[in-house]
Amino acid sequence: MGTSFRKPVAPSEDKRWKIVDAAMRRLGNQSHALIEALHTVQESFGFLDADSLRYVATSLRVPLSQAFGVATFYHYFTMKPPGKHTCVVCTGTACYIKGAGKLLADMKSKYGIVPGETTEDGNMSLVTARCLGACGLAPAVVYDGQVAGKVNSAAIIERVGRWEK
Amino acid sequence: MTPEELGEITAKQEDAERQFKHRIHVCTAAGCLSSGSDKVKNALAKEIKDRGLEHQCKVKGVGCMGLCANGPLLAVKPSNIMYQGVTENDAAEIVSSLDTEPVARLECPTEMPFFRRQVKIVLENCGRIDPEQIEEYIAASGYEGLVKALTEFSPGEVIEQVLRSGLRGRGGAGYPTGLKWSMVAKTDSDKKYVVCNADEGDPGAFMDRSVLESDPHRVLEGMAIAAYAVDATQGYIYVRAEYPLAIKNLKTAIRQAQNLGLLGNNIFGTTHSFHVELRLGAGAFVCGEETALIASIEGRRGMPRPRPPFPAAEGLWGYPTLINNVETFANIAPIMRNGGDWFARIGTEKSKGTKVFALAGRVKNTGLIEVPMGITLRDIIFEIGGGVPDGRSFKAVQTGGPSGGCIPAEFLDMPVDYESLKKLGSIMGSGGMIVMDDTSCMVDVAKYFMEFCMSESCGKCIPCRVGTYQMHELLTRITDGKATPQDVATLEELCDLVMNTSLCGLGQSAPNPVLSTLRYFRDEYRAHVEEKKCPSGVCVMQNGNGKEVAA
Repeated sequence: MGTSFRKPVAPSEDKRWKIVDAAMRRLGNQSHALIEALHTVQESFGFLDADSLRYVATSLRVPLSQAFGVATFYHYFTMKPPGKHTCVVCTGTACYIKGAGKLLADMKSKYGIVPGETTEDGNMSLVTARCLGACGLAPAVVYDGQVAGKVNSAAIIERVGRWEK
Repeated sequence: MTPEELGEITAKQEDAERQFKHRIHVCTAAGCLSSGSDKVKNALAKEIKDRGLEHQCKVKGVGCMGLCANGPLLAVKPSNIMYQGVTENDAAEIVSSLDTEPVARLECPTEMPFFRRQVKIVLENCGRIDPEQIEEYIAASGYEGLVKALTEFSPGEVIEQVLRSGLRGRGGAGYPTGLKWSMVAKTDSDKKYVVCNADEGDPGAFMDRSVLESDPHRVLEGMAIAAYAVDATQGYIYVRAEYPLAIKNLKTAIRQAQNLGLLGNNIFGTTHSFHVELRLGAGAFVCGEETALIASIEGRRGMPRPRPPFPAAEGLWGYPTLINNVETFANIAPIMRNGGDWFARIGTEKSKGTKVFALAGRVKNTGLIEVPMGITLRDIIFEIGGGVPDGRSFKAVQTGGPSGGCIPAEFLDMPVDYESLKKLGSIMGSGGMIVMDDTSCMVDVAKYFMEFCMSESCGKCIPCRVGTYQMHELLTRITDGKATPQDVATLEELCDLVMNTSLCGLGQSAPNPVLSTLRYFRDEYRAHVEEKKCPSGVCVMQNGNGKEVAA
């Protein structure tokens, strides 16, 4: 008790750290703000890295191990920089029944990547989602945040093909 | 805010609606939105503006109308004509038709069983009101339940009504809601919390998402009533980060309710104060388990802990905490308005009220439905759902997600209630209902769910962490055509072990998909093991003649 706490210096001059600071401040810079803070970092920077984890952990006075533990526990957080474009294939039950596996196989044979990987040129990341809740439109795919329903092999290849130019 | 002011808002809102000769409701919930309903809405608004009809016609975005498969959907009021599969190119034709005959080629028959057989309590406002306008919710009797609870009932009387209603937890386990409330109410503490579990993690379930997107105030009202009953002043909604629209609409709703004084200090001039905050999940299925959810709100890894102590005694930050699911809270306001006895008249002896299901998979009318408890599976799948498409035959229906089981055709006439589904080796679950036809291999389905449980296991207890892995290995051997009959015996042994020794519901229920498929589709397992064949042609066998079958 009694030791004074000095807020750490942001990893860079980047203005986006101000957004992260605001998110932490909103919850009183308390340890339970950890997940919210990591959400804000990922939303602002696209992914989490050692610097951002250290900064958030120090700011909220939680052990770095806890920040790392949380970041790796939850599927939503990624510690790899995403590609320029992101293709999310839903693998929820309805999408699985209606052929999401085939879509992933097609992506693999066309681009050589499996879920969690990014094409070598950094253009596209392929990820899976547990369930988007768009089961009525299975199989569902999200192209850069836009949900498309009733997707077939031809449609997914055509749509991601547009990112190649 | 006073109860009288609530009435004034209603009157004003009704007046405003009456000024329009036609009102076009466009579904802008996630399902129709991904089919392009925002473009349809904009095209309609533009068309109306171009023709100078703004004072006669109003276009508004509303929540889910249910028949997601045929989206985008829209409804014209007050004539109650419904259109399906609308595109932006249809806007001119629809606007032209307002004063004449409806556009026949786009019409969605509202007399079909899909709409007729439903009973709506939770979804009563879905597809009818604009979720971003609190006035519309208030005009639809919104916050009346809260007024009644705060001004006419003591907290004990509120709980009495919920007990009388017979409402049971809609998250899946079916624990009587009134009992849970009275436990929290009885616990003495200067601080208590109310938490809404909106971490809808079951793959194939989207009921809670639809309610939050389409009628967020209903959930807030239910929470505020619960808070009054158990004497809590702070609430949290733990919602999946994967549901951006639900989060957006909830944030708007909380802000509006605060501005009108329906949330905050001294609600309706009483001593009851209640504040609500959102917390985002981060993609961990186990956080649907209440103690894991609490850990996650506290900013930690979402790992469950042994119960007791139950959250009702020791929950968030060690204080007594009431945790209910979205749909449970969504039932509270109507129960307050109409009384517990009214609710108890719907449903069966032990399962009261209605249940919302997300109907998906190999069924014609996929979408969101609400049916009275006790309806048969056959009525849901073949009447409401319209049966299996493409001339295929029905094989099984899966309820309860990774914690549930597959029910075969011979039990289609069983009533849907907590006890009957449990007897069949499945569970009510949160409401995902996936129909499978003869193109699905039941061993592969079991493997799919086991893969899910394996990767979602938090790793804290060994039976779940190692057991789900081993069961997945065994199932993979079976689908690869490499298994021996001994492997199946080992699988069954493991089911028993994992079920009885895991720490939380995730592990305890993880064997259900395997057990139910073994119980009803043992022939398929036998074909994989003894004949090295996948009868449905799904699994590619590593040796033997399975490959030809799959190809």
